[in-house]
Amino acid sequence: MKIKAGLAQRLLPFLSLIVLFVALSIASPYFLTANNLTSVVRQTAVFNTMALGMTIVIISGGIDLSVGSVLGLSGLVGTMALEAGSPVILGVLVGVGVGATCGFLNGLLVTRLRIPPFVVTLGAMGIYRGVALIFSNGLPVHKIPPAFSFLGDGSLLGVPFVLWMLVICAVAVHIVLEHTRLGRYAFAIGSNRVASLYAGIPVDFHMTAVYAIGGALTGLAGMIEASRLMTGQPTAGQGYELQAIAAVVIGGGSLNGGEGSVVGTLIGAFIMGLLSNGADLLNISNSWQQVVIGSVIILAVTLDEVRKRRAV
Amino acid sequence: MLLQLQDIEKRFGGVTALGHGNLSVAAGEVHLLLGENGAGKSTLMKIVAGIVERDAGRMLWNGQEVFLRQPSDAAAIGIAMVNQESLLAPHMTVAENIFLGRDERSRFGWVNRRRLTERARLLIEQYNFPLQAEWRVDRLSPAGRQMVEICRAIQHGSSLLIFDEPTSSLSDSETQQVFRIVRDLKARQMGIIYITHRMDELRAIGDRVTVLRDGRTVHTGALADIPTDQLIRHMVGREVAQIYEREHLEPGAPALEVRGLCVTKSKLRNITLTLRKGEITGMAGLIGAGRTELCRALFGIDAIDSGEVLIHGKSTKIRTPRDAVKAGLALVTEDRQVSGLALRLPIAANVTLANVERISRFGVLNLPEQNRLSSALGQKMRLKSASPAQLAGTLSGGNQQKVVIAKWLFREAAVFLFDEPTRGIDIGAKAEVFELMSELARAGAAILMVSSELTELLHVADRILVMRQGRISGELARGCSQEEIMKLAVMESAA
Repeated sequence: MKIKAGLAQRLLPFLSLIVLFVALSIASPYFLTANNLTSVVRQTAVFNTMALGMTIVIISGGIDLSVGSVLGLSGLVGTMALEAGSPVILGVLVGVGVGATCGFLNGLLVTRLRIPPFVVTLGAMGIYRGVALIFSNGLPVHKIPPAFSFLGDGSLLGVPFVLWMLVICAVAVHIVLEHTRLGRYAFAIGSNRVASLYAGIPVDFHMTAVYAIGGALTGLAGMIEASRLMTGQPTAGQGYELQAIAAVVIGGGSLNGGEGSVVGTLIGAFIMGLLSNGADLLNISNSWQQVVIGSVIILAVTLDEVRKRRAV
Repeated sequence: MLLQLQDIEKRFGGVTALGHGNLSVAAGEVHLLLGENGAGKSTLMKIVAGIVERDAGRMLWNGQEVFLRQPSDAAAIGIAMVNQESLLAPHMTVAENIFLGRDERSRFGWVNRRRLTERARLLIEQYNFPLQAEWRVDRLSPAGRQMVEICRAIQHGSSLLIFDEPTSSLSDSETQQVFRIVRDLKARQMGIIYITHRMDELRAIGDRVTVLRDGRTVHTGALADIPTDQLIRHMVGREVAQIYEREHLEPGAPALEVRGLCVTKSKLRNITLTLRKGEITGMAGLIGAGRTELCRALFGIDAIDSGEVLIHGKSTKIRTPRDAVKAGLALVTEDRQVSGLALRLPIAANVTLANVERISRFGVLNLPEQNRLSSALGQKMRLKSASPAQLAGTLSGGNQQKVVIAKWLFREAAVFLFDEPTRGIDIGAKAEVFELMSELARAGAAILMVSSELTELLHVADRILVMRQGRISGELARGCSQEEIMKLAVMESAA
């Protein structure tokens, strides 16, 4: 009985997602149309991809506040490569590489300087944004080959291409977390860094790797964002870090580390995506959307905390 | 009688925590409450302190039945609890901590700091505590903090104090200080309930004793009337000889040799010792003598400034815990929750943590293999758990310690450093930990056992090294006396 009650609570984010889905279907006739659902998928793809990276970082006990800036910088540099005439795939890889490099540098700073990740990435947030503005002179990149729009707006076998990308990334991150040594170490370091160190785990190496992976996924998100808008904006991604963190937390990730899952994060990101889509459909103002999303974050974490307190 | 508990019952869900909890305490008496973890001591005390409500049974206070619904109800009639783990605010002063949450306030919510300090000073003087009201709590020793906790508890003019393992993290001299305070409180006609796991301190402090087992009171009476062996038998339901039983082994080749080791930072000077295969080397000393620091240095946590470490005869440089683990060392730290376990991860993940290589190929985990090996090890160690997926944080102290040891068994370590391996675990689990250590020794492991419980060292160790102020002050053979150990731990060496 007790176990079942616990399970129901663990399923709570998923149930909320379904309830939200059903409620929106009833409230707005337009909601269940293919057009709208596709647009929800495309809109949330950016946050989803970022949030996947943030999931690993948060599980390992870290946090990355710089992802919004990293998204802007990688989108910018990636599109600059495209503008310079690189093939689309190479341009995307440049964006991913820039993201990975930023993440790697964050990890290096966190592990070598032994400064809390909150502070390191808060500083990095300013630095990467500044670098993007310097590189671009504050001007967006526009001359992008039309083929690049496929990443954000194309379809494959009738399904948005971003959804394919998202599924591949989600499966990959899930496998890394649950079935590889790296993932195991991320959980262990997040749950107890000292015990991990004493168990002989190369803690610094794996923490750096975790930030680099998070950065790579943010880089990919940056390219998706650039493709959707068909422009490289040095100011892209401002405030996105909060969306990514919120998705992880709504999905059961703990800011104390050691807890979180890919499925949870995806549900979290979709809950936020549906809330914002639903608010648009029901003509709820942007200001109220922010109030609602903020409340949902607090509510989700509260329920999760209550569950954990009962479990112990 | 000050307090009488009659057939107290308490259920949590389907689990009966207390069946027949009986206890009575008179004013001016130190009443020991003994029992294994899970025997129901904490639940019974929480009922007395108003933290949980009883399901059935009677609680009489000065002969009148009382119902306590919250801790403030207990405080109002004069019952207070001294917490085991320090719940103090480290950056505040002694005075501020004593009155935390009950600050003297003037109008507009201002805290009158001068009056606060003055009141704290009076309280401290009244009981003759070696404290100053203005001191910051984070500068205090564990014993000092304990005294602040006691001040917090008695400031209301309580007439019953509950001590929950007050000496578990204190050195011997600090323990004596706490005893002195307890005796003083007793002389002031307070009733005292005293919970402890340390069998060697019972008689120094207790008047009467109550033993709980499986949620019921199995013995109650004057302490003088019952030998310690029989008390333990009441607690665990088996003979005391079985707890420390250990056959003698001939020690084998040296596994770890330390020559002239110095660590400036932790004041370790010229440490030379040898740990042999199949031998349990005990290590005694006061808190702060450098025993934990020695373990840290050997394990690569603190940098060694000079000296040599040989493992299986080969000179080995250990600069990080990773080097130590690779060299076959294992460290069971004194605080398993802080540095031994990933509490939010499953048992299986903890067991395999130091040797994930063994359950993975090319970085990919073999989870069925992990669970199989982890369960097999758990069964061998008689780990009480629902499944390998159970979170380590939900286990009892003794079972958590088994998981920590299992981690090093899974690593197939050859040299074990046990730092206070039985801290905070009940006597049944202690026996099992000793059994595991014996088995390890039999299988050829070299073991260093740091312990502050002399009784344990005397029974379990093959020989005992004593540390004092960062040096090894002497070595004693099996069969030595507590006095000999204390002499080496406290006094200047003859040389």
